[in-house]
Amino acid sequence: MELLSNWIDWTPQLWKGLKVSLQLTSLALLFGLPLGLILALASSAKLRLLRYLSIAMVEIGRGAPALVVLQMVYYGLPSAGISVGAFTSGVIALALTTGAYTSEILRAGLNAVPHREVEAGQALGMTHADILRYVVIPQGVLYAVPALMGFAILIFQLTSLTFTIAIPELLARSYRVGAATYLYLDVLALAGLMYLAVTLPFGWLVAFAERRLSLHLK
Amino acid sequence: MIDLLLSILRGLPATFGVTVSAFLIGAILAVPLVLMRRSRSILLRLVARIYVDILRGIPPIVWLFIIFFGIGNGFVTLSAFQAATLGLGLVSAAYLCEIYRGGFLALSKSQEEASIALGFTRLDTLRFVLAPQVVRVSIPGMATFLVSLLKDTTVASAIGVRDIMLYASQEAQAAGGGFMPFIMAALLYILLSIPVAYFSRRMDALMRRRVSK
Repeated sequence: MELLSNWIDWTPQLWKGLKVSLQLTSLALLFGLPLGLILALASSAKLRLLRYLSIAMVEIGRGAPALVVLQMVYYGLPSAGISVGAFTSGVIALALTTGAYTSEILRAGLNAVPHREVEAGQALGMTHADILRYVVIPQGVLYAVPALMGFAILIFQLTSLTFTIAIPELLARSYRVGAATYLYLDVLALAGLMYLAVTLPFGWLVAFAERRLSLHLK
Repeated sequence: MIDLLLSILRGLPATFGVTVSAFLIGAILAVPLVLMRRSRSILLRLVARIYVDILRGIPPIVWLFIIFFGIGNGFVTLSAFQAATLGLGLVSAAYLCEIYRGGFLALSKSQEEASIALGFTRLDTLRFVLAPQVVRVSIPGMATFLVSLLKDTTVASAIGVRDIMLYASQEAQAAGGGFMPFIMAALLYILLSIPVAYFSRRMDALMRRRVSK
């Protein structure tokens, strides 16, 4: 009973944290997805320099732990004379991670577009840019949707890392309540439930999208 | 530069230790879990499913906090290293269970039917027909997971495990900022993951030939 009444007391505070986590997720996706598409296109560009550069960016972005990228942005940018707050650092780092990961997902999607459609476009005299824009990208991105949604869950979970750079997201706020009350287990359990309340239903949605889109592909 | 590298390298044993022990805990714990997941009893299936969903649905860093601050603070005392290993091990079990399950699904149903026709018990089918192949099919997935686990061990630094991440962070704070410690740490993590990725690719090619279709 005491646990329940505590949970009710803490909910408004944690709810604020959850909103910050969700904001971070949306901003990371908003900036990271276009970056991912650019990297995906650049990694199959004709220009060799561009191709190698984007492949290197993707490999480093995926190979380096997200927490390392986060702290690099947070501690690195100010020393390079660019002063941004913790929240902006968090968004930049998570967007970079999103870009690196989603570029691979998008590349797989773009590659799934049958090559004969590109050839048909060429036969019709379409320019390379037009073929990309009207034929390859719309279909390729659609193929990638379930995997991208799966990644969105991952990036939502990754927002918990921003605890280490003092962004007041869900984990940071729960920890603060824990430190004040010494009821770490109780408040962290509530935080865990809040994470689950987002990740589980969204996971079901991903499974649904996978079924629907694979139907369309058959 | 060399000093910086040496300082960060002090974290190597902890990073290595957490990664390997958590992986072992996960790989072992995932075996009963996947058997429950495939069991005929609804109750066992449900319990395993709930375990997997809950462990995967909450970020690893939250699990470490729950274990270190929540549980390890009261009746049992856990060191940061123990808490990180246990937490990441439990999370790994959930992911590896799904990888093993994928291995079972990859085998053709007719093998199981053939074993039944030959009068194998369920246990013997599992032991002599399915399990050896599941292990082979699962190895590439397990290796991929090991690489992602290596990167996930960075969260152990948040509860004070002295790993590569913690030393990189300390060096940056001492120097008043800077990219260099993190670039070194990133390269170190990438360097550590290359042998695993290489091994995975080799094993994948090798094992593919040893699974009957």
